[in-house]
Amino acid sequence: MTTADFLIKGASLPDGKKADISISNGVIASVGSGFKGEAHTVIDGRDCVVLPGLVDLHTHLREPGREDAETVLSGSSAGVKGGFTAVSAMANTSPVADTAGVVEQVYRLGQEAGLLDVFPIGAVTQGLKGESLSEIGAMADSVARVRVFSDDGNCVSDPLVMRRALEYIKKFGGVIAQHAQDPRMTIGSQMNEGEISARLGLKGWPAVAEEAIIARDVLLADHVKSRLHICHLTTAGGVEIIRWAKARGIDVTAEVTPHHLLLTDDLASSYDPVYKVNPPLRTESDVHALREALADGTIDIVATDHAPHPTESKECEWQEAAFGMLGLETALSIVQKTMIETGLMNWVQVADRMSIAPARIGGYENHGQPLVVGSVANLVVINPTKKWTVDRDLVLSKSSNTPYHDHKLPGVITHTFFKGKATYSNGIVSSTGDK
Amino acid sequence: MKHLLSISDLSKPEAISILDTATELARVSDGAVKKLPTLRGRTIVNLFAEDSTRTRISFEAAAKRLSADVINFSAKGSSLSKGESLKDTAMTLQAMGADAVVIRHPASGAAQRLADSEWMSGSVVNAGDGTHEHPSQALLDAFTIRKHLGMGGSDLSGLNVAIVGDILHSRVARSNVLLLSMLGAKVTLVAPPTLLPVGIQNWPATVSYDFDAVIPHVDVVMMLRVQQERMSDLFFPNAREYSRYFGLNGERMASMKSGAIVMHPGPMNRGLEISAEVADSARSVITEQVTNGVSVRMAILYVLLAGGALEVGSN
Repeated sequence: MTTADFLIKGASLPDGKKADISISNGVIASVGSGFKGEAHTVIDGRDCVVLPGLVDLHTHLREPGREDAETVLSGSSAGVKGGFTAVSAMANTSPVADTAGVVEQVYRLGQEAGLLDVFPIGAVTQGLKGESLSEIGAMADSVARVRVFSDDGNCVSDPLVMRRALEYIKKFGGVIAQHAQDPRMTIGSQMNEGEISARLGLKGWPAVAEEAIIARDVLLADHVKSRLHICHLTTAGGVEIIRWAKARGIDVTAEVTPHHLLLTDDLASSYDPVYKVNPPLRTESDVHALREALADGTIDIVATDHAPHPTESKECEWQEAAFGMLGLETALSIVQKTMIETGLMNWVQVADRMSIAPARIGGYENHGQPLVVGSVANLVVINPTKKWTVDRDLVLSKSSNTPYHDHKLPGVITHTFFKGKATYSNGIVSSTGDK
Repeated sequence: MKHLLSISDLSKPEAISILDTATELARVSDGAVKKLPTLRGRTIVNLFAEDSTRTRISFEAAAKRLSADVINFSAKGSSLSKGESLKDTAMTLQAMGADAVVIRHPASGAAQRLADSEWMSGSVVNAGDGTHEHPSQALLDAFTIRKHLGMGGSDLSGLNVAIVGDILHSRVARSNVLLLSMLGAKVTLVAPPTLLPVGIQNWPATVSYDFDAVIPHVDVVMMLRVQQERMSDLFFPNAREYSRYFGLNGERMASMKSGAIVMHPGPMNRGLEISAEVADSARSVITEQVTNGVSVRMAILYVLLAGGALEVGSN
């Protein structure tokens, strides 16, 4: 008779089939109705769906440098509450993650927190300045094994620098994640340029400033036959360019954030900077184009762009405020609301867009595995029939800049398993993690 | 009505009632004793985080003629220049017991942030926020137009108004488009395409790039100031070319309808958007705009703080 660490009884797999799932020694020990042994902990999975643990390819953990906004530990806690088992830590820290030393530090902090895998993203250029390449090879060869490089927050705007970066990472099969924003076209920009910005007198951020860079970079990626990932796509025009590039066989992937799947630029009418984000919230028709593109696979993944900021950075005039919003704790609920409840996607597709595909793009081997015997037990259990109300005072992030305060959202995450350990269960984050 | 943040806060009857109240208050200002006791014991703070001469003085005069206590709080020489946040400034004003704050601020939306926050409880009057709105300027412009051309009616029906210049960055234009169109005027915006916002198509105004084609048909030409910093930011080739196509000089003025007036919110760049000849001509009502500004701002403070319009004929 076998003894399992956990037994999830009667849950639905992404394809809707009911199954009991047992977890032992960090891996999935059985799937189906055949489990005959005892389990240390039995979880009632009725009404729940089990997905492979979520993978976020775009997280700002702020450590080192802005530990007042977030730390690797607090961000990890927010992550497991949101069902994540891996997050990619963006490089725009202070100091910038442009050397092996910094990425190893972030990686080690993730290991110490032990709640999920923290995969550091390396800066493309030194100091995110867009001028000369950072020590990409050293970061790739470091303990952190960096494969994703991004100057996120800044665009690699110089076409020659972008070309060289795309070429250089071919050495180890890396990918450049581009923050597509033409800097000259967006000096001082505050929000999407259109009807609302015209009325509010806030400096416009034209869609073309994003689309022109995407168009240039897919052509560059094609020319040097390298791998490009477009961060936080926000416009219908950008979707068309990606669709065209994929049809031509260009090796490009793209992400969309949960907030760009739901929120629109008219929210700026309140002048409340909680809605100020880079890239900006766009229009209703952009939102519909993004949803359709995520459903049909033109956009490969959902990534949160979780961007914590301290209170004073948001409690001010719009133009003084920092860009960005929290995302980890609400991502799956927003995807359920915008993609499942609209009938655009099913849970198989959600598992792909939020776990399998981002793990593949990042090269995160132990994540996004199929829910079969022997897979690493990185799992999330969500009850889609329940609702919850977001309270910015109760978030696990160190910051509270969520745009969903007081929103009632569908989908309550009951458990997150990381390498077979319950890092989150029924509202409680494990204090021991993986240690 | 508690705040005046945008013209869109006003219904047409409310706007007209402010103009009517201003008419009554102007009669007081013309009298020997200029003061009314209405706001005695009330405190009004002029919070000017951006340089301004005429708007600040105008609000100060308006508040004093209503017997309010006035505190001036300007960017230079105050904690605002030391990087104090809007929140802390507002909480300080609340602690001092301000009944109303008249705010001028370089950030669009600053007045609304103040009004929507829990930082202070008094009334907020937007005296110009970034490139968003300047509602008291629009009200004084409407007042001036009505006085000169309002064919006996309470609104501006049947009048054609051209607003000329840097629409993109103009809070005066945004407020005037909303107010003048609400009052029945037909508004035409005249500017080079670079100085018109993308997304303008749903504004209640028509757009023209051709000043010469518009000018013979309008009753009012409202010129906007061209900010010095626009010169270096590719909006037009140079000042001379701007002036040639969009400046109001004597030659253009000659093609105006008889009785048509010229306005400018000030401060003017003489020789750039307006020639001295035009500014000092009989058509110019520019200094009268300043005079009317006091009456209109008295009316705004009266309506917000004394709880309603002044009945016509009372005093």
